[in-house]
Amino acid sequence: MTVNIKRIPKKKFLMPGNAACPGCPETMGMRYLKMALGDNFVMVIPAGCSSVIQGIAPRSGIYAPILNIVFAAGASAAAGMKAGFESIGRKDVEVVVWAGDGGTGDIGFQALSGAAERDDDILYICVDNEAYMNTGIQRSSLTPYGAWTTTTWTGKREHKKNIPLIMIAHGVKYVATASVGYPTDFIAKVKKASQIRGFKYIHLLAPCPVGWRFDPALTGEIGQLAVKTGLFPLYEYENGKFQLSPLARRYKDPSNRVPVVEYLKLQGRYKHLINKPEEIKKIEEYIESIWYMIDVLEKAFNPKEEARKLLGSL
Amino acid sequence: MVVKTLTGNYAVAYAVKLARVNVVSAYPITPQTTIVEKLSEMIEKGELNARMIRVESEHSALAAVYGAASAGARAFTATSSHGLLYMHEVVWWAAGSRIPLVMAVVTRAIGPPWNIHVDHQDILDQRDSGWIIAVAQENQEVLDLTLQAFKISEDPRVYLPMMVGLDGFILSHTTAPVDIPDQELVDSWLPPRRQPYIIAPESEVVMGNIAPDEDHFMMRYSMAASMEAAKKVIEEVDKEYGEIFGRSYGGLVECYKCEDAEYFVVIMGSWAGDAKKAVDTLREQNIPVGVVRIRFVRPWPREKLLEILSGAKGVLVFDRAVSMGSTGILFSEVAQTLYPLNISLKGLVAGLAGVDVGPSRIEAEILKFIKQAEEGAIYTPTEWILPEKYAGRYPSSPKEVIAK
Ligand SMILES: Cc1ncc(C[n+]2csc(CCOP(=O)(O)OP(=O)(O)O)c2C)c(N)n1
Ligand code: SF4
Ligand SMILES: [Mg+2]
Repeated sequence: MTVNIKRIPKKKFLMPGNAACPGCPETMGMRYLKMALGDNFVMVIPAGCSSVIQGIAPRSGIYAPILNIVFAAGASAAAGMKAGFESIGRKDVEVVVWAGDGGTGDIGFQALSGAAERDDDILYICVDNEAYMNTGIQRSSLTPYGAWTTTTWTGKREHKKNIPLIMIAHGVKYVATASVGYPTDFIAKVKKASQIRGFKYIHLLAPCPVGWRFDPALTGEIGQLAVKTGLFPLYEYENGKFQLSPLARRYKDPSNRVPVVEYLKLQGRYKHLINKPEEIKKIEEYIESIWYMIDVLEKAFNPKEEARKLLGSL
Repeated sequence: MVVKTLTGNYAVAYAVKLARVNVVSAYPITPQTTIVEKLSEMIEKGELNARMIRVESEHSALAAVYGAASAGARAFTATSSHGLLYMHEVVWWAAGSRIPLVMAVVTRAIGPPWNIHVDHQDILDQRDSGWIIAVAQENQEVLDLTLQAFKISEDPRVYLPMMVGLDGFILSHTTAPVDIPDQELVDSWLPPRRQPYIIAPESEVVMGNIAPDEDHFMMRYSMAASMEAAKKVIEEVDKEYGEIFGRSYGGLVECYKCEDAEYFVVIMGSWAGDAKKAVDTLREQNIPVGVVRIRFVRPWPREKLLEILSGAKGVLVFDRAVSMGSTGILFSEVAQTLYPLNISLKGLVAGLAGVDVGPSRIEAEILKFIKQAEEGAIYTPTEWILPEKYAGRYPSSPKEVIAK
């Protein structure tokens, strides 16, 4: 699906001067969400920066109906809302969960897994800024290897948990990765997901200037570099078919990738390891492992019927 | 009207069906499980036109029905013990949101050690949350209360969620004849769903984002005011239910042989039946004693208790739940209520983890209490009725354990 920028609604989704930090990726993402979905949706937001960004009740800086909910209950509250709407004959309302990486991969993971397994008809968006930003930059299971946080002062020792892959393993209708660095790609994926009935998951990489320690003017650029270095491949998994998103395909070839240090050196959270080749090597090896996985996924979930059959007979 | 022999849990399920609930979500836990099983069956057979969300935990169960209710649906869940504790933060969130909801709580002890038998620790642990909390004595009342819960919770003067407690196994798994009201009659009595707001695309409502501290404070104040208003609504509903369906229970509290009583037992739940039996026996001996059965723990029936107990010589409270480091939970509620009266007061903690007490033991405790009170006003906040196996080996007051 291609997105024509001229056709994107101009209606404002966020009040200027809302409570987010300058360069906030979450507000960028929300704006794109509204551009993709228009008006007929409600948001469910578990605890996180996006709870605060809304501003002070009874007003809100986001022009959308929102059910704020306890940290662990994004997916379950949304599943209930959808069932509620359906049960009173309002089948067309889209229910969108907007949750952080902590609300998705840690405390909210059980509810997420439950809703995915039940194939509840919701769109779940994980806004991944790779730490608990709202409480002051603590590590989450989605914080990458080496990153400084206020609970990993010398750098996290474990790699990032691969939630989109786990969602694919749930066999849901739709899984995609996206980055705030590529708005039209994200918008296209949201639009596509909203056409699908059943459980949809989009993992949106959201570089956070405050937590990642970079210049707030660079949010979009860092969001692109994550893709260009091969660290964060963009792809879609749809009804058993896996494919790299067009703009990410070229990074399958390592020679097309930007060296990962170009990405790391812009971010203060990697300051302590930028001059340690063995640490950089670990991250490069991680990138290799990610692409190995992509290769496996492409083969396993090949759009070509032949390959699927082959796999089925194994 | 049909009379069926039903377990307490099935009585809940029939009430949910009569209320034409739109969304059900629950997670299995003994002794609640047969409620979800029955509702699943009703939904799958098409007897109840509702959506069933088979969640992976109680936290999700309550969040799901809360989400459904926020979208405008009538929703129901049920749980027990650890399931209820696991829900706890959502319990508070739902009440603070002022979203009408109904939950059945099949009361059960809390571990460790694992134990599936009745006490009231689980439901009373929720008492500060802002839910209306009622506890039934027998299966007919379970059905009636569950049905009434929808009307009370969805009343604009209330707009608070409501829990209906029924004692694990003693009610949940024991059958008794239950009169199931006609659907048409229920339909004419129970209005369509009402709620303070709906979160939908056209409503642009945002619920739960940060509010100024003063507004947050005032939201608590308004909940407290609605709790007060709920007292009236509960009495009204009980009365009109009696007129239409033929059964009234006394509203916030039920009085049994209270009129000329001088001494009173305060008790809640199924063992109130045992207390009534004990009182029957004592009445045969012309001992002026009555039973005040707490039906609603929240809102707490302060005014009503003061009215009933103002002429009393003494009040004996039976508690199936204790606040560790303090007293039985009902006792502390009763004691603060009766503060203006200068009467004998005693609290007994008993029946924890399903340990049986029975009418004869209650009778003996009443006699003992009356004797103590007649010798001079007493104030004994906490004594424990120990299980027979241990009685005599340990003092009845935990305080004396240290002394030894
Ligand atoms: C049960 C519970 N535990 C802890 C918190 C405190 N808390 C609020 S937001 C948050 C972190 C959010 O992290 P994430 O989901 O990644 O969202 P972000 O703030 O990064 O957008 C935490 C730990 C909470 N609100 N509820
Ligand atoms: S900490 Fe990061 S994600 Fe949170 S509001 Fe600030 S910029 Fe946005
Ligand atoms: Mg985060």
